[in-house]
Amino acid sequence: MSRSVFPLLLLALLCVFPFLAESAGLGFYVSFVRRVLIFALAATSLSLIVGFGGMVALGHAAFIGLGAYAVVVMAEMGYYSAVVVWPVAMLSAALFALLTGAVSLRTKGVYFIMITLAFAQMAYYIFISLRQFGGEDGVSLYQLSELPFLNLYDEFSFYYVVLAIVVAFMLVFNVVISSRFGTALQGIRENETRMAALGYPVYAIKLIAYVLSGTALGLAGALLANHNQFVSPSLMHWTQSANLLIMVLVGGLGLRWAGVFGATLLLVLEEFLRMWTDYWHLPLGVLLLCVVFFAPNGLAAIRWTKVSANKQAGVRHG
Amino acid sequence: MADVLTLTDLHKRFGALQATNNVSLSLKHGEIHALIGPNGAGKSTLIQLISGGLKPDSGHIHLQGKNVTRLNMNQRVHQGLARSFQITTIFGRLTVRQNLLLAVQGAEASYFSFFRSRDDSLLLQQHALALATRCGIDHSLLDQQASTLPHGEQRKIEVALALASSPKVLLLDEPMAGMGPDESQNLAHLIAGLRGELSILLVEHDMQAVFRLADRITVLVAGQVLASGTPDEIRHDERVQQAYLGSELNNEHA
Repeated sequence: MSRSVFPLLLLALLCVFPFLAESAGLGFYVSFVRRVLIFALAATSLSLIVGFGGMVALGHAAFIGLGAYAVVVMAEMGYYSAVVVWPVAMLSAALFALLTGAVSLRTKGVYFIMITLAFAQMAYYIFISLRQFGGEDGVSLYQLSELPFLNLYDEFSFYYVVLAIVVAFMLVFNVVISSRFGTALQGIRENETRMAALGYPVYAIKLIAYVLSGTALGLAGALLANHNQFVSPSLMHWTQSANLLIMVLVGGLGLRWAGVFGATLLLVLEEFLRMWTDYWHLPLGVLLLCVVFFAPNGLAAIRWTKVSANKQAGVRHG
Repeated sequence: MADVLTLTDLHKRFGALQATNNVSLSLKHGEIHALIGPNGAGKSTLIQLISGGLKPDSGHIHLQGKNVTRLNMNQRVHQGLARSFQITTIFGRLTVRQNLLLAVQGAEASYFSFFRSRDDSLLLQQHALALATRCGIDHSLLDQQASTLPHGEQRKIEVALALASSPKVLLLDEPMAGMGPDESQNLAHLIAGLRGELSILLVEHDMQAVFRLADRITVLVAGQVLASGTPDEIRHDERVQQAYLGSELNNEHA
């Protein structure tokens, strides 16, 4: 039972957060937590391939960027309905993931990192050169996506829309990683050759995981475009990919809450360190070092190792 | 009896090294066929060619009459060809049960199911247990992490993973490597029990085990087949004695 208490507590807290923040006069933080939630979604999608598939990629900002630009482009064409626009954002990211993944997944290790980075930088420079969408300066989103019965211009409504999407995503994510596909993917992380010798189509499984990951990042991009009301190529810059990767690593490889923990820690640190100093990268670096030293398996592993230690003790005594 | 696996004129070259040179070989139904030869003779390359880890430069591989030369390793598994590895390649970080579950799941070709929980499948769990029993893996070990087990148990898991797909042809690459005499005896017993049920191509350095287990033996030297025949024929073949076996065979006679 204790396993399911933590997510429910977190969910309850997130549900009442806007009212707490409002009554405490900290309404500004509703938007901040919304941003954390969007990045938790993005980092969790990345953790599917990095943590569960063993594919360390450095090009995932491109999927976010494509999802975000899809919203802007559709808005320019006069389409605002989220029911249409968000799936289009996901599909364009999925298509890009399919094309680049089909090539990238022929390589491994450092080469895989480099080639995913190269594809993402290509996307970055393509969008810089697109004058009609502001080039390097980016472009504002003048009309947010429209949902039936809900208005994204209302801070609270938008918050709950994002929360609902992230919760639904986490539920699906949890099911998928324990599914037959998920266990096969984790087997591939452990030993690709053996998995092929057991009859698994390794390449196809990796490619599907890559596309699934890209699709969810496209959705994160669409949400981020609405959140920022602005889209620029800097969303696709490789430092964004690096940030996402750090979130996953700090959260813990192969742990289901890695993305949520990692995104929360990084964004919270960034937010509060910025209040103290312009040089917030330095203390952030020191804190990350602490994580590496004191929680080498990631933040989400701290609770997990305790649980498994108890289990092992139980086995011994039993 | 019909040939289950047929190799025809296989060639494989790595740069200047002709690792496999015009190898033809056939495996009869239900036999244990040993492949021996000195280090560097090309045994591992041949196993790789048959299992699909490498593609031959020329030649053909037929499995139960079907040409599988162009198939990938995982496709060959579903045609009934499985292999074990010389260096233990089990999933060390997973428990024994998870190892076996992965193997039976792969055998059932169910990996594109995104919502059904793997561990809740009674059928897979049953198959995993049956596999453990078949390979002599004690059920009390099932929830231990595989890498913490003694070497002999790990080698059993190695063979179990290969057997999961109920193969028609099993390639065993030095299954007894690094085993003590007792463990080795147990595994030999397991392998002997498979005779008649499926065809085995056995690469092994333990000559006692080879001569006790094999119905036929093929000797590979410098990428070529030097001789092929029953254990008695091989034992008395002068070329084989000169090329490789001499000392070890004499020891066995003594």
